[in-house]
Amino acid sequence: MIPSSENTFLNKEKLPFPFCPGCGHGSILDQLNSALIKLNFDSSEVVLVTDIGCQGLSDQFFTTNSFHGLHGRSITYATGIKLINPKLKVIVLIGDGGCGIGGHHLINAARRNIGLTVLVFNNLNYGMTGGEHSATTPTGSFTSSTLKGNLERPMNICSTVSVNGASFVARTTSFDDNLSDLIAQAIQTEGFSLIDIWELCTAYYVPRNKFSRKALENTIVSLKFETGILHNEIYPEYSTAYRDNTLDLQNKPTFTRFPLEQKYSHQLKTLKTFIISGTAGKRIGTAATIFCRAAVLSGLFATQRDDYPVTVKTGFSLAEISLSPDESKLVGNSHPDVMIVLSPEGFKKVQSKFESLTENTIIYLDKNLPIIKSKAKEIRLDFNKTGLKKEYWALTCLAYILYNKGIFPLDALSDAASIRKDFANDYINAINGFKNL
Amino acid sequence: MREFIDGSEVVARAAINSGCNFFSGYPITPATSILLHMLKELPKIGGTAIQAEDEISAMGFCIGAALSGARVMTATSGPGISLYSESIGAAIMCEVPMVIVDCQRMGPATGGATTVSQGDIQFLRWGTSGGFPVIVLAPSSLAECYSLTQRAFELAEIFRSPVFLALDKDLVLTSSTVDIKAISKQIMPNRPTATYNDNYLPFAIKNLQDTPLFSPYGGSNIVRMTASSHNEAGFLVKDPKIVNQLNNHLVAKIDHHIEKISMVKADLQPGSKILLISFGSPSQAMLEAVSESRSRGNLVSSLIILSLWPVPEKLILTCLEGIHQVYVIELNHGQYRREIDRLAKPDQLVIGINRIDGELITPKEILEKIGS
Repeated sequence: MIPSSENTFLNKEKLPFPFCPGCGHGSILDQLNSALIKLNFDSSEVVLVTDIGCQGLSDQFFTTNSFHGLHGRSITYATGIKLINPKLKVIVLIGDGGCGIGGHHLINAARRNIGLTVLVFNNLNYGMTGGEHSATTPTGSFTSSTLKGNLERPMNICSTVSVNGASFVARTTSFDDNLSDLIAQAIQTEGFSLIDIWELCTAYYVPRNKFSRKALENTIVSLKFETGILHNEIYPEYSTAYRDNTLDLQNKPTFTRFPLEQKYSHQLKTLKTFIISGTAGKRIGTAATIFCRAAVLSGLFATQRDDYPVTVKTGFSLAEISLSPDESKLVGNSHPDVMIVLSPEGFKKVQSKFESLTENTIIYLDKNLPIIKSKAKEIRLDFNKTGLKKEYWALTCLAYILYNKGIFPLDALSDAASIRKDFANDYINAINGFKNL
Repeated sequence: MREFIDGSEVVARAAINSGCNFFSGYPITPATSILLHMLKELPKIGGTAIQAEDEISAMGFCIGAALSGARVMTATSGPGISLYSESIGAAIMCEVPMVIVDCQRMGPATGGATTVSQGDIQFLRWGTSGGFPVIVLAPSSLAECYSLTQRAFELAEIFRSPVFLALDKDLVLTSSTVDIKAISKQIMPNRPTATYNDNYLPFAIKNLQDTPLFSPYGGSNIVRMTASSHNEAGFLVKDPKIVNQLNNHLVAKIDHHIEKISMVKADLQPGSKILLISFGSPSQAMLEAVSESRSRGNLVSSLIILSLWPVPEKLILTCLEGIHQVYVIELNHGQYRREIDRLAKPDQLVIGINRIDGELITPKEILEKIGS
């Protein structure tokens, strides 16, 4: 079956194929070679990506580019190649084993409609490791791992990729004389294409199941697995669609920068640390960021370390802030100079710290929170009186502290709050709200 | 110009300034923000960023993209590194240049998603089958998040190797004041690349410690790559002589260049009998403790290890000279202490200062431990 023409993609020095007598792999590879010849590609335009199993040996017999990787992951490497170079014809040679262990990649490559051609060498069992059952082994079949007949039902690879967005899907057998045309059609498909090629494993599946070409064809019929081109629809191919989709972003400046040129001065001599503890979703982190940016606008170095549970809008939210006249350091901060506690969730998070605090700490607490036992100086504030939503209590409290302690000017806080134009009015309003505390 | 940003943005900016043009990752706390930055920013420079279906594919995409000529990065945390494991091996075997960011969180398993840890330090070195070396860098500040990301790209390209950036939740997600402009450099490290060659051999080397010349898929050379034991042409082999040479090469190409890779920040005080060693975010508490201790009139030396793997043995040994007590400060049960222990002389006492409760080590704790 090797074409006599010089124009072959097979490496004559490496031939013949090392497959068992009667194995379908060799004829599929010959048909692949014919398809590549018909399409008149240059070897450098083609990348064969092989999986694990006997078909994994096959890339070595081709003169094209190739990658031979880990079991079931061939589609992932192929995707990376296609994403960088959409012009390449990336062809994945995978077994039924690879489709099982790499099923997730198979579904997602189809869903993404990435322009790969996947040829499944489907011989219904693991030929390389000793004839164990695979995801496509028919029910009742005997393999080295299904000694009393397979209890599982075979995966319908074509249906799986068809319903998940593949462009071109076909099923046939290695005995199909028109296989090379079918492969050529698959390769020419812009999007994701797959051919499920059923074949005989003469080492294991055939002797164990008294299997034959006829039995193979009958099995396909009895499973109601259709043959021929089963799906052929045009959807946008991912690597091209990605480029089209992001074209308007190209050459736009990267990263939104908020340069904080010093505009104000500060009165800080040494490191000052804060903890704000409240409820998730109540803009604790945002208030801390505005405060830190204001500090930087005033010539300070600021660090903000957030802590929160894995949930998003429930539970506590805590921000640790360090302000320093010199280079700031990220260090553990269990005895802050200032602690702000705004809600029951925030209270619960820090209450174990209260007792160990000294008179060097000032704690600002919402008026309605429980009584605390601490040597720290306690200041109760009635946030409800401000009329502000709870989302703004942290910021209004920080404004209150700045006004009373004068670390840096309130104007710096207003400036920092105006950096994000979309929320500026609400934040300025919150800053001014401290007057009602 | 000062800015107030977090480590995830610093790493992303440094990557893009080092020519990174491909990123794939899977959302996982605390690494997600790097993924989000890259998804947003890479298209602006004509690059590609993609959220993969899982961590396994994220690594697979990176390998395919890197072999097609892209400069690639991915980011995850401990559970993701577990899934990266087999592909880290493939990247070592196919000599794929890539930067892998590990934003360490508390383990084992799902552990603490939003909790700081340095529990992956040995895992990064030994996290794939075969025991072959990788490079691991560990920034200890925001500024180093920038410079070491750039260095990671340089080393990945020079040695065609996966290079890890060992961060932690607090380095990635803590915002701080930093002047990026002052530290940023436009670095486009060169991957040693083959010119057109009719008989290009993708794994050809003269000496064991050489890095083979790269040629991308889609270029003029035909490129054969395989994760199996191979000869210089990229064909699978079982010949003991060739396999032996390949495996010795994979070790030599890192270990032979250890001096070039080694990076530490030592602050040695003449006459000091005490040496504090740390890496990553606890280094900052260490420096604070050292300056406090010195202000009390004590002699204390400190060492921040920036290149964890291969272990910068010579530099560490120099710092150990004349030292009686070594304190190794880390957020795990003493993983890197093992390396210091084997380097220290029998009469040098190596003591761990560790925290594994998700809180940072405080300078006060360090001062209490060292008793000065």
